[in-house]
Amino acid sequence: MDNDFVQTLLLTGKLAGLTTIILLIIGLPLGYWLAYKKFRFKAVVEALISMPLVLPPTVLGFYMLVAYSPQNAIGHFLEDTLNLRLAFSFKGILVASVLFSLPFMVQPLQNGFASIPRSYREASYTLGKSFFTTFTRVLIPNIKPSIITAVAMTFAHCIGEFGVVIMVGGNMPGETRVASIAIYDEVQAMNYDAANKYSFVLFIISMLILTVIYSINGNKKTL
Amino acid sequence: MLKIDIERPMLTSEGKKNLQICSEIEDRELLCLFGHSGSGKTTLLRILAGLTTPSKGRIIYNDTVWFDSDKKINLSPQLRNVGYMFQDYALFPNMNVEGNIRFAQKKKDNEAIEELLELFDLTALRKQKPVQLSGGQRQRVALARALAAKPNLLLLDEPLSALDFEMRTALQHEIRKAHSLLNTITILVSHDINEVCALATSVLTIKNGKVLAHGRPKDIFSEGTFQNYSQFLSEMTALSELFLGQ
Repeated sequence: MDNDFVQTLLLTGKLAGLTTIILLIIGLPLGYWLAYKKFRFKAVVEALISMPLVLPPTVLGFYMLVAYSPQNAIGHFLEDTLNLRLAFSFKGILVASVLFSLPFMVQPLQNGFASIPRSYREASYTLGKSFFTTFTRVLIPNIKPSIITAVAMTFAHCIGEFGVVIMVGGNMPGETRVASIAIYDEVQAMNYDAANKYSFVLFIISMLILTVIYSINGNKKTL
Repeated sequence: MLKIDIERPMLTSEGKKNLQICSEIEDRELLCLFGHSGSGKTTLLRILAGLTTPSKGRIIYNDTVWFDSDKKINLSPQLRNVGYMFQDYALFPNMNVEGNIRFAQKKKDNEAIEELLELFDLTALRKQKPVQLSGGQRQRVALARALAAKPNLLLLDEPLSALDFEMRTALQHEIRKAHSLLNTITILVSHDINEVCALATSVLTIKNGKVLAHGRPKDIFSEGTFQNYSQFLSEMTALSELFLGQ
């Protein structure tokens, strides 16, 4: 198996894996907050989180690229203060990927939290348990199917990400060239065999992930 | 002793009302809150547990101030140490019977768990998950769990409403057992006059958010308290129709 193929798949896995881990850490408190708290402009926050579902990836990619530019305040701050140059780098596509996959993680978690009766939290509090104990021992174990769905959907979505990555990261082997971009690139170069290899791997991974989600959630429902 | 003097606006099906309760409950009382749906019984239980905040007033348990709007004191539910049994029992589905009871303990005490399992006839069910239990079994687990934390106060929100008549009679005994074991104040919400008479040492009747009467069941449910016998009968008939109809 050639090195480029392996390197591209590893990079794709690394991007999807890191994005999923970061989003799980952000998504659990964010999902809790959206499920239980009422506040002004909640609809605006929910709309912003869900935007990637309807927004063309190139739109988000374009704005991220503009934001990363050292000529703008954010890019200037990142480069001068943190010594970070995000445009056309792995870190840059990772940040973009986290933003773009946010709804795939947050929405199942929010729905999971919302489905838990309020009395579970209140019972835990009256039993003297802290917010943290209630969160980790009562809430999280009871939204396991939602967590599995959120993780798998986020991972699967990241694996196939194209528009945002090509806008923000371009096509740099070993740095920003993920499988979906490699497929496009190979087709452009008329290397259909190579494109087919990438496509087949993505197809199998996506199929496996969805089968796992449906089998786990199906079993939970019949318990 | 529990001293309550609170106010809180509440929204009922009949519009806005003001819950206004002033009462003192002696140690070891098994008090029943009795009244129409929407009269404020559950709200009062939630206020005592710290799950709902009154707009003003004071709650003092023995010498500890749980709530004082003037001094801006409002102890969290965790610090009040109240055993609260919810209408839906709120057993945690991810834990088995033993796990639910163990979760409530402040310090690990296997002996206490064995005692509670035995007392409520749950030893054989210890590894079962709540979803595998009947309504009556769930009620016993919820009672055992509420007791495991050794609470200052036991609050039971319509503990028998979801059960059939036979089960209700059997489980009244469990509630009495829990009350005597705890040797403190138990407050329960009930609509069933027979249940109130069988269980309670005192009754607090609430109507439209206000205390109508507070006393022993036989005194409360006598013609004197309700001004005349026909008023008492109409109150009870209305309640029976309301709850038998459900």
